[in-house]
Amino acid sequence: MSGAALHIRGDLRLGGRTLCPALDLTCPGGAWTVLLGPSGVGKSTLARLIAGLPGPAHLTGAITASDGAPPEGRVTLMAQSDQLLPWASVLDNVTLGARLRGQWPDHARALDLLARVGLEGLAHRRPATLSGGQRQRVALARSLIEARAIVVMDEPFSALDAATRAAMQDLAARLLQGRTVILITHDPLEAARLAHQAHLMRGDGLHPLPLPATPPPRALSDPATLTAQADLYARLMQGAA
Amino acid sequence: MRRLWPPVAATVFALTLWQAVVWLTAVPHFILPGPARVASALSGNAALLLHQAGFTLANLAMGLSAGVAFGILSALNLAMSPGARLFLRPLMVFAQAVPVFALAPIVTLWLGYGAPSKVVMVALVTYFPITSALFDGLMRLPPTLDDLARQMRATPLRRLLLLQLPHALPALGSGLRLAAVQAPFAVIIAEWVGASRGLGHLMLISNGRGQTDLMFAALFVLAGLSLGLFWLADRLARHWDRA
Repeated sequence: MSGAALHIRGDLRLGGRTLCPALDLTCPGGAWTVLLGPSGVGKSTLARLIAGLPGPAHLTGAITASDGAPPEGRVTLMAQSDQLLPWASVLDNVTLGARLRGQWPDHARALDLLARVGLEGLAHRRPATLSGGQRQRVALARSLIEARAIVVMDEPFSALDAATRAAMQDLAARLLQGRTVILITHDPLEAARLAHQAHLMRGDGLHPLPLPATPPPRALSDPATLTAQADLYARLMQGAA
Repeated sequence: MRRLWPPVAATVFALTLWQAVVWLTAVPHFILPGPARVASALSGNAALLLHQAGFTLANLAMGLSAGVAFGILSALNLAMSPGARLFLRPLMVFAQAVPVFALAPIVTLWLGYGAPSKVVMVALVTYFPITSALFDGLMRLPPTLDDLARQMRATPLRRLLLLQLPHALPALGSGLRLAAVQAPFAVIIAEWVGASRGLGHLMLISNGRGQTDLMFAALFVLAGLSLGLFWLADRLARHWDRA
């Protein structure tokens, strides 16, 4: 499943106000594009637009895919809240998409994916009995089973503790390989570890960010990762000042 | 055991107060019988009371089942179809503005003194709380789940059955509690307006004959029925709250 490249063009507007002007972003196919930015610049709003979800904001330009086909129906969104159904088992949560479309749920594939996200043997548990990290793993399996070429992640790991977050970053990087990923985050370390390309999103537009030359996911212990993190922090704080 | 304490103490207190009022005011027993007299009426007429309570309970159960079933179907239908909402909701608001108890004489006129008029009254009274509680619950799907349904291209029916309905079960539980409280009112009023059997009928007859102790006994049996019904509805609602 090689993801198509995605082009995002135009001003991001909310009501009469411009949240972020003159977007001209190309997200290369099969790579991770990270949008780093402070709260309130419209990162989540943009994520919803890419995912084709309704909202008050709109883009003056368009979101197009490099293969010419419309991006609708090829995008899945992973949000900060795991959106698991509390009344359904882990397995039923993973197969929700098929069940909602009236298709036969593929239990074998769901169990295989659960094993790959490290939740073997938990298929029949309720979400309430899982930890925050385990719940996000279920949400990841639920995204993976949808087999969409483009994955938008809106701060999916920001509510997790540091160690769990690092483990989830590795897992997501491994399992989403080959897909076009747009990761929204306010965590410079996450950007430094996962991005093929990264942009700082501010009220005055997008600014490309420098990254280490090594391919992601970059090790936490790699000095280059930490240097990049420090640099991204500085740029983020510059914007905040 | 410890949880049983307060209700037992409250009951003993209430009975003592009741007996004290009867002694102190020397009120005639056909106006206010004491607890001992009512207890003996209860035990002396146990067979009669149980027999009559059976009719009332059967009407309650049938009416409640019909009201709940139609209520659930209506709420699902309203949630599914914007056309139905547009057309039916004004009608429902109007129907709710009519005090359903005031319909009892008309219902009895149309359906006679037998069970059907009681069943219909109970169904009418329980239908509205069930419909409006479940409908409100169905329409209040959290935005995050709505997003999920959109992204996964859910069919409207699947969205209703797999997301909206499970999410609305606690709301349905509240409706059910309300219905369980209202249903005994409805059946008694229907039996007062016109019946040849049932607890309401028995109360009316014993009142006319000055058998106030039997009337009180029937009242206690009715209270027992109501409490039992509420307990059942509450258990079901709690189960849904947890799910």
